[in-house]
Amino acid sequence: MTEIGWIGAALTGARPRALGALLRYFRDLDMAEEAFQEACLRALKLWPEKGPPRDPAAWLAMVGRNAALDQIRKRNRDDPLSDDAEPEDPTDLEADMVERLDGAHYRDDVLRLLFICCHPDLPATQQIALALRIVSGLTVGEIARAFLVGERAMEQRITRAKRRVGTADQVFETPSPAERDRRLATVAAMVYLLFNEGYAASGGEAHIRLPLCEEAIRLARLLLRLFPHDPEIMGLLALLLLQHSRAQARLDADGAIILLEDQDRGLWDRGMIAEGLVLIDKAVRHRRRGPYQLQAAIAAMHARAARPDDTDWSGIEQLYGALEILQPSPVVTLNRAVALAKVDGPEAALALIGPLAEPLSGYFHFFGVKGWLLSQLGRTEDARKAFDKAIALAHTPAEAAHIRLHLDRLMKDSKAG
Amino acid sequence: MLYAILCFHDEAEVDGWTREQDDAVLAKRAKVTDPLAAAGRLGPAMRLTSTPSATSVRSGTEPLVIDGPFAETKEQLLGLYVVDCESQEDAVEIAKQLGQDETGGFEIRPVKLYKPSTIGS
Amino acid sequence: MLYAVLIYDDEEAIAALPKAAFDRLIANHEGVQEKLAAEGRLGPVARLMPTTAATTLRQGGETVLLDGPFAETKEQLLGFYIVDCASLDEASAAAGEIGKACNARALEIRPVHLFFPGIGLT
Repeated sequence: MTEIGWIGAALTGARPRALGALLRYFRDLDMAEEAFQEACLRALKLWPEKGPPRDPAAWLAMVGRNAALDQIRKRNRDDPLSDDAEPEDPTDLEADMVERLDGAHYRDDVLRLLFICCHPDLPATQQIALALRIVSGLTVGEIARAFLVGERAMEQRITRAKRRVGTADQVFETPSPAERDRRLATVAAMVYLLFNEGYAASGGEAHIRLPLCEEAIRLARLLLRLFPHDPEIMGLLALLLLQHSRAQARLDADGAIILLEDQDRGLWDRGMIAEGLVLIDKAVRHRRRGPYQLQAAIAAMHARAARPDDTDWSGIEQLYGALEILQPSPVVTLNRAVALAKVDGPEAALALIGPLAEPLSGYFHFFGVKGWLLSQLGRTEDARKAFDKAIALAHTPAEAAHIRLHLDRLMKDSKAG
Repeated sequence: MLYAILCFHDEAEVDGWTREQDDAVLAKRAKVTDPLAAAGRLGPAMRLTSTPSATSVRSGTEPLVIDGPFAETKEQLLGLYVVDCESQEDAVEIAKQLGQDETGGFEIRPVKLYKPSTIGS
Repeated sequence: MLYAVLIYDDEEAIAALPKAAFDRLIANHEGVQEKLAAEGRLGPVARLMPTTAATTLRQGGETVLLDGPFAETKEQLLGFYIVDCASLDEASAAAGEIGKACNARALEIRPVHLFFPGIGLT
């Protein structure tokens, strides 16, 4: 491995902790980022010569903080009127910093860093873009490419988002256990959104954007390392790993979607599946079910089936049923209907999705499933209408192409019959 | 799936065991591992010497050679088992049996990649 | 004598490696393994899953099951090699090769006191 390779990785790995500590110290995102940037520059100069420090995150935070304080001092010297901003005694600061960098703080520091990206005023895509910039340290160019927008547009989007999040004082107080739980849940939801953004891009050409999925997995791992006893975070990481294990099998050479039952299961990543299954095992031990765990358990049912026919559809149907109780949503019911169709046939499933027509009237998958059920019942004309509707609602060319395939098959079958 | 069961004990205590105590521990553990071996589920298992006999190398431009273990901990990694288990629970159960009436602890960590020994093959 | 070469590194940094760099690291390892195997000195090799997949059983008085690794350290035990070596010098040289392959933060070389090859998994 090249020296720069490992230094880059060490900087990326240490970034959330170091930047989190700097934000805690300066209470200003721009200042913290500048300080971190400066520390990285020094690391690139010093680490290849001297070798890596024992604790890269603490090193970066300390060096970054000192560099920023030097800057402030210089500015103050140039501006004799502002002597009220006389810096504190550096030795005091140092002791304070070491104390602040104590492992116990890391958890809240990193959580805070992620949490401020989840500002409720920001649309989901902006929350994600901000987290990728701030927490993951992706460049604006990388994020722009991942979102398939121009670099300038992304730059503006991130600058605007940063201005929006501000940094209210209460964010910096040590959170109460309840507040910590709330932050963790918010952040977990953002990580899941990030993954989904990569998994089924909403709009745009590429249907799976691997870097976004991988970044989401890295963040989920980071969360689990901070909260090692939380079964929902175990569930979240398991879910992401199990879904991502199928990435290589989900699209054909032309970028068209391959359905789960048609995928070459030999292409599934066994290592990710194994890790996902272990995490579910670990989570179950806590006997505190949650939506991520249930979704991971569903993904695991698929992962465990060597062939599509081995799939335990009735188990999946039950898990969706449990998920419906925990987190009622028409999309969950729609998914349960797919499993129900496998267990009790298309008629039962069609009855189940009947009431969903209104809440899911703009949802691509609803019409895809409806068309699929109707075609199984031989209601060709109704099926065609549903598929047409699905195509109109498709977000990506891959989605539309997939439905067209269904449609072609339907037309061929109806002609043959 | 393969699990590594990493054994952590206070080596001062383990090194202080009499021959009889040591034999008793090994005999007790054999009761757990023999059936696993018979079922073809036991991979390599080993006991490491205590950490003063370790040498560590910290990488860098000038690699630093340190006498002793890499990580200074209250309990030391003194051995490990590789076992084929159905589930995490299964692996935890085996660890519980291995450590019956002992102090210290076990870390149960799934193995991502395993290559069997090539010695003598 | 058998030596265990324990590999320690910061698993967060490893997770941040670009895929190409990680693949190169694995290829380097395979190179070292081939060489040691050709010399008839390579025992079992294992790479462990990240510590987020670990569970710990603590004993003494009360037995408790905890999530995560046994020891919270800045670097984590990520895997090990067992190598047959005539001396510590030889073992250090082997560890040096392994270290070059992966640029791990640290390697610990520890003589193996008792070794059971195990059956089944070979």
